[in-house]
Amino acid sequence: MNFIRNLLLGLWYILTSSYIKGLIGQALFTFLGFQFLNLLLPDNLSEFSLMIGAIIGVIGFLLFAGVLTDWLLWIGGKETPLKHGAREGRPEWTRYLGPDVNHKVIGIQYGYTSLFVLLVGGLFALIFRLELAQPGMQLLDYQQYNTLFSAHGIVMIVSILLGVGAMLNYLVPLMIGASDMSFPRLNAFSYWVSIPAIVLVLTGMAVGGWDTGWVGYPTLSLVGPLGTMFFLLGFYINGISSIAGSINVLVTTATLRAPGMSLFRMPIFVWAALATSLIQFTATQTIAVALTLNLLERATGLVFFNPAQGGDPLLYQHLFWFYSHPVVYVFVLPGLGIISELLPVFARKPLFGYKWIALSSLGIALVGFLVWAHHMFVAGMSDTLRIVFMISTLFVAIPTGVKFFSWVATLWEGKIELSTPMLFVLGAISVFLIGGITGPILGTVPTDLHLHDSYWVVGHFHATMFGGFIFPFFAGLYYWYPKITGHMYKEALGKLHFWLMVPGFWVMSFGQMSAGIMGMNRRYADYDPALGIETQQVLVTLAAFVIGWSVLIMIYNFIASARTEPVVSMNPWGSRSPEWQIPSPAPEFNYDVPFEVVGDPYDYGLDKPYIRFQVVAGD
Amino acid sequence: MSATTAEHAVEHAVEHAHDAHSHVPPYHVQLKSNRMGLWLFFISEIFLFGALFAARFYLWHVPGVGQTRPELSQELGLLATTVLLVSSYFVFRGETAMEHGDRSRFLNSYMMAALLGLVFFVAVVVMEWNVFGLEGSIAGIELFGHLGIDDGVYAGVFYAMTGMHALHVITGVLLLLFVWNRGRKGDYSPERHWGVEGCALYWHYVDVVWVFFYPALYLIGTPWH
Repeated sequence: MNFIRNLLLGLWYILTSSYIKGLIGQALFTFLGFQFLNLLLPDNLSEFSLMIGAIIGVIGFLLFAGVLTDWLLWIGGKETPLKHGAREGRPEWTRYLGPDVNHKVIGIQYGYTSLFVLLVGGLFALIFRLELAQPGMQLLDYQQYNTLFSAHGIVMIVSILLGVGAMLNYLVPLMIGASDMSFPRLNAFSYWVSIPAIVLVLTGMAVGGWDTGWVGYPTLSLVGPLGTMFFLLGFYINGISSIAGSINVLVTTATLRAPGMSLFRMPIFVWAALATSLIQFTATQTIAVALTLNLLERATGLVFFNPAQGGDPLLYQHLFWFYSHPVVYVFVLPGLGIISELLPVFARKPLFGYKWIALSSLGIALVGFLVWAHHMFVAGMSDTLRIVFMISTLFVAIPTGVKFFSWVATLWEGKIELSTPMLFVLGAISVFLIGGITGPILGTVPTDLHLHDSYWVVGHFHATMFGGFIFPFFAGLYYWYPKITGHMYKEALGKLHFWLMVPGFWVMSFGQMSAGIMGMNRRYADYDPALGIETQQVLVTLAAFVIGWSVLIMIYNFIASARTEPVVSMNPWGSRSPEWQIPSPAPEFNYDVPFEVVGDPYDYGLDKPYIRFQVVAGD
Repeated sequence: MSATTAEHAVEHAVEHAHDAHSHVPPYHVQLKSNRMGLWLFFISEIFLFGALFAARFYLWHVPGVGQTRPELSQELGLLATTVLLVSSYFVFRGETAMEHGDRSRFLNSYMMAALLGLVFFVAVVVMEWNVFGLEGSIAGIELFGHLGIDDGVYAGVFYAMTGMHALHVITGVLLLLFVWNRGRKGDYSPERHWGVEGCALYWHYVDVVWVFFYPALYLIGTPWH
């Protein structure tokens, strides 16, 4: 009886959670907003009415989910102290169902949302990979194919941004010794505003889809079906989450570090978080402009990009890539930070060249702002600009190379322990190397002219994303899983995951690049059998399924281990980092006893402490 | 040595679990965070307005002619700019009054700034955009703009830049009114008035953006149609 009662109660909590309330609010406000504006505005502006209605819908989501409650009370002049813990009389897990202000709860919310969205985006990829396994059209029509590959792109990008949010939110305050972020409510807002953004993108698939890819280039995006509008808007709303979240990380790191933690004594991941946030909080605004202008041109007929009416489509591409190139460094910098963070722990050696790694993150962020037009070598830019951007692009190799050499030097003669997180770190390095050395070929104008828009680009990009984000993210998930749950994951399943995913990825990557060299275009639903790439296409599809299954194994591992596996010791990896010197899961306010930094973070094998807990008076 | 110290300290902490209040950062730290957060937001917004600014110079450039601009009412532009600059003075006056504890002067100044902000908004949206399609003139000066949606990139850039700025102005007006309302209830003191300070900073920022937008829209380049 008790079991059934608990089950029903649990269902009730989920049905009345902020996710469901928010969705109801979004649907209701979108409908009402659209109807109201439709009454006011002339008929030819009905898409504009729908667009504004959808924006009102996002506000509806936030209102109904309770994200704005505290701020609305402030406006009325009421004090609203931060609430901690679950609502009275409810189990602890219900905290995750609503806007909670604790950075660890928000980090975990980011994390499971990221994994869920990753599965959705992966499913899209598997469907259109099945279509590509043979020439001719078997499963899908062209419009469905276009919608699926476009949605795969943007959904995966949202998933990665959420994953970055997960790592930054969970780890940065713990690593610097803060009890929470500087702006806990804004932190909750950053997470919750991304949910209606995902809803908008998925709605776009239901109302006609879109065929522009994730880039949304005009003029195609100006004439595409209604789904294009929802896609652009969802992309836009997600940017709000990025900006608010990154400002929070920057301020937290600047003001709430533990005593003695100078910049060069921070854990290296915090440097990566800083570099990522610096890109996110600035560059995101320019894509906001690109998307705003695109939406306005679609919905109201104002002219910016349509050359037939005096506009210039290149302007969109400049504004778009000014964000979208740096944003790939937003994706990979936290991942590279995780690699640098974990290597010394599992090699039991100091991190080689700490300062160089720290500064190379900033270097990548800076150079990343100066290379955007290398995506436009065939777009009709001037020859001079091509040369300038080719040179600046090749400069990216310098700070990236610094990281590679430091990793190799850290591993050199280390006592390497090959548990799952370390395996994923090594896998990340191997895969990121593939992505890295295939890049200069695309960054060089003469070779890019041949490979542009080919499957080579697909191969290169997936190698950088898997090596720079997916593998390190999974490494981080395994590594901090005991910290998050207090239980150890099943090591055998973790190793199985790795040994399926790494060869799977190598096959996929080489298959994609080989198909590209032999003439396969990216974004094409079909190909000529005479190209002789059917073997590669089948292999890539099979490899994609292997990767998909291996990710499911990881998720099973995480769910099952949280209930069954034994409680871990306080510091299972023998890490020097402050978050491992406190119980797992971390207490509500992290450090009940504050610590001060008295040494360097990565002096493994040397008998020098990193932190010292302050002695409490009356001890 | 460090490990044992650490574990000892943790055990100690578990015994003497602290209450939530000791984990809230002290006011001066939170104030520092608030200021930094707002300034970072301003830097972020430079990229928003900067991208629009760049788009204007990109799209209003006619090969062989150079920079151009649409035919706009110089009188309206000058009026709106003046009103906005004067409003910034009142915000400054209000904030200084709050620092000196002069509540009524603070309240009057903020209300005045909000009203001037509204006047600016009306001058841009009702008069220059002419959303209601009105006609009229005073002493030979046209009161309502003529730029229509079908005026190509001139309409596009003009509406996008003034629209994005007007959105910030109306947000600022709302903030001024919220702060005014809380001030009326006696919420701020000369020592603690972050709401007053942050709102003033935001208003000055929106004002400075217009200082760049006004010449870009009204003054630079040859009139072109």
